[in-house]
Amino acid sequence: MGSDKHCTDGSCDAGHGASRRDFIYMTAGAMAAVGAGAVAWPLLNSMEPAADTLAMSTTEVDISGIVAGVGKTVMWQGKPVFVRHRTPEEIKEAEQADNATMVDPQRDEDRVQKPEWLIVVGVCTHLGCVPVGEQPTENRGEFGGWFCPCHGSQYDTSGRIRKGPAPKNLAVPPYKFVSDTVVKIG
Amino acid sequence: MVGLHKSEFKNPVIRWIDTRLPIFTLMQAEYGKFPTPKNFNALWNFGAFATVMLVAMIVTGIFLAMNYDPNTGHAFDSVEHIMRDVNFGWLLRYLHSNGASMFFAVVYIHTFRGMYYGSYKAPRELLWILGMVIFLLLMATAFLGYTLPWGQMSFWGATVITNLFSAIPFVGKAIVTWLWGGFSVDNPTLNRFFAFHFLLPFVICAVVFLHIWALHMTGSNNPTGVEPKTARDTVPFHPYYTAKDSLGIVIFFIIYGIFTFYFPNVLGHPDNYVEANPMVTPAHIVPEWYFLPFYAILRAVTWTITIPFTKIILIEAKLGGVLAMFGSIAVLFALPWLDRNPVRSCDYRPTYKKFMWALVVVWVLLGQAGGHAPDDHVMIFGADLGFTWVVVAQLGMLYYFAHFLVVVPWLSKHEKTLPLPESIEAAVEEKNRAKGAKA
Repeated sequence: MGSDKHCTDGSCDAGHGASRRDFIYMTAGAMAAVGAGAVAWPLLNSMEPAADTLAMSTTEVDISGIVAGVGKTVMWQGKPVFVRHRTPEEIKEAEQADNATMVDPQRDEDRVQKPEWLIVVGVCTHLGCVPVGEQPTENRGEFGGWFCPCHGSQYDTSGRIRKGPAPKNLAVPPYKFVSDTVVKIG
Repeated sequence: MVGLHKSEFKNPVIRWIDTRLPIFTLMQAEYGKFPTPKNFNALWNFGAFATVMLVAMIVTGIFLAMNYDPNTGHAFDSVEHIMRDVNFGWLLRYLHSNGASMFFAVVYIHTFRGMYYGSYKAPRELLWILGMVIFLLLMATAFLGYTLPWGQMSFWGATVITNLFSAIPFVGKAIVTWLWGGFSVDNPTLNRFFAFHFLLPFVICAVVFLHIWALHMTGSNNPTGVEPKTARDTVPFHPYYTAKDSLGIVIFFIIYGIFTFYFPNVLGHPDNYVEANPMVTPAHIVPEWYFLPFYAILRAVTWTITIPFTKIILIEAKLGGVLAMFGSIAVLFALPWLDRNPVRSCDYRPTYKKFMWALVVVWVLLGQAGGHAPDDHVMIFGADLGFTWVVVAQLGMLYYFAHFLVVVPWLSKHEKTLPLPESIEAAVEEKNRAKGAKA
């Protein structure tokens, strides 16, 4: 190698740091890593939600039959979503509580598009249980919203966590009113 | 005849094979003549039990897979079909489900043996680490398998455990979606869990092979923790330990059989006989018994860590719990470097021995705490003690980490150990003399 005419300064000599062979090892290693990554990517990516799963990622709900004071549980992306038709008293309660001390402070108006319709994901933010309280006959907890039977988290009429171990308010999913009686969630 | 092995076997068929592939010579060296300390107690049976369980789980598992359907619409029914209609299906399933419990019981005792007699110390650190890798793989496999019957506990257990990854800052949600292959635990999740549940046992086999290879390089530890010095300290593996292991396996199978045939569901949870329902959570989600201590540690962290004097959250309680749970296993990996006391066996470390048994008690208490709802009050004979199980879990977790990170390193330097016997032979002689004096 030392006799190579492109290598007269001795920098590619085996005894003095990097040699041409090292360079070949490194480039070959780098190419192998790129190749491994190129093979791994489709495998790992195949585990992402498939096209048909993504296609079913929205749910349309007919809300015309839901009377005030009652909620309806619908399935969206495999999870329950609470669509609650709030009474004027419940709306008032939620708005009045805006300034109360809360674990996860949020204003009621930031959680709804139309005050009479509260739409939240029905999964307790503590350990993922489904709270009860859709029917007025069920236990709705001290704050009139939902009560989680697992570890006693209590949500108010805006789905905000007011008492118990849950760290966050019930999540508001993306949704829009397609018409006065149909909501598209997702 | 370059490259051919000089076989010592006389049988012509065996000799023909052995000269070309010296597998008989290998078995003879590693499981025939292999010099093994002569003073093993029954705790040294548990490695053999674990190997037997691995084989039993793979065999029953493959036959279960022939009748199981990993589709959310059919999974629960296919398990009932196995139980009611498939010839001996009930036996395969009960052997497999109770086998998981037996496997964990054996592995926990095997690990305790390693800790009590200091088997993790030089030169057996890598042997210990490979064992811990097997333990992690075993936990993953068991969790995946528990999802497959698609009962309520299967579904909600899978939901809670996969949601642990959502605690990872920034990318947590994306990772969980990727794990699920959707937006909740659903059909894609069940399918991949089945695929991985089928794959991992074979990965475990490979790591078990390395574990045994490493064991045969260093040789076994023994109850004195003193390395064998002369031929008088050891006996050949066969027939001595093949016989001792066989007797042990018979007794172990009797216990396994008692559970399988007489109490097949006592270690399970009745809620898992209710089909998975994503809309209704069972009132109380608990993992299988062998995960309860870790589950207790997961839920013991109920506080957030903030930057002092501000409200900026560094570590949410949920993430803290996840870190504590994985940390409780990580400290086990570090054990060979946390404990540098040259004396291996607890028999000659009177102080460490006490702490070791305290760890066992704490471990059982953590298991109890993991089985109760966190806000359940601790009751003894109907009397309310006035504090909740989460407090027990927090104290247990405190001791667990203090044991490994404070007690063990401190004792490693400061413990006054007892004099070691000169050799295994000397220790055995001493024991025999004491026995003779008593008689």
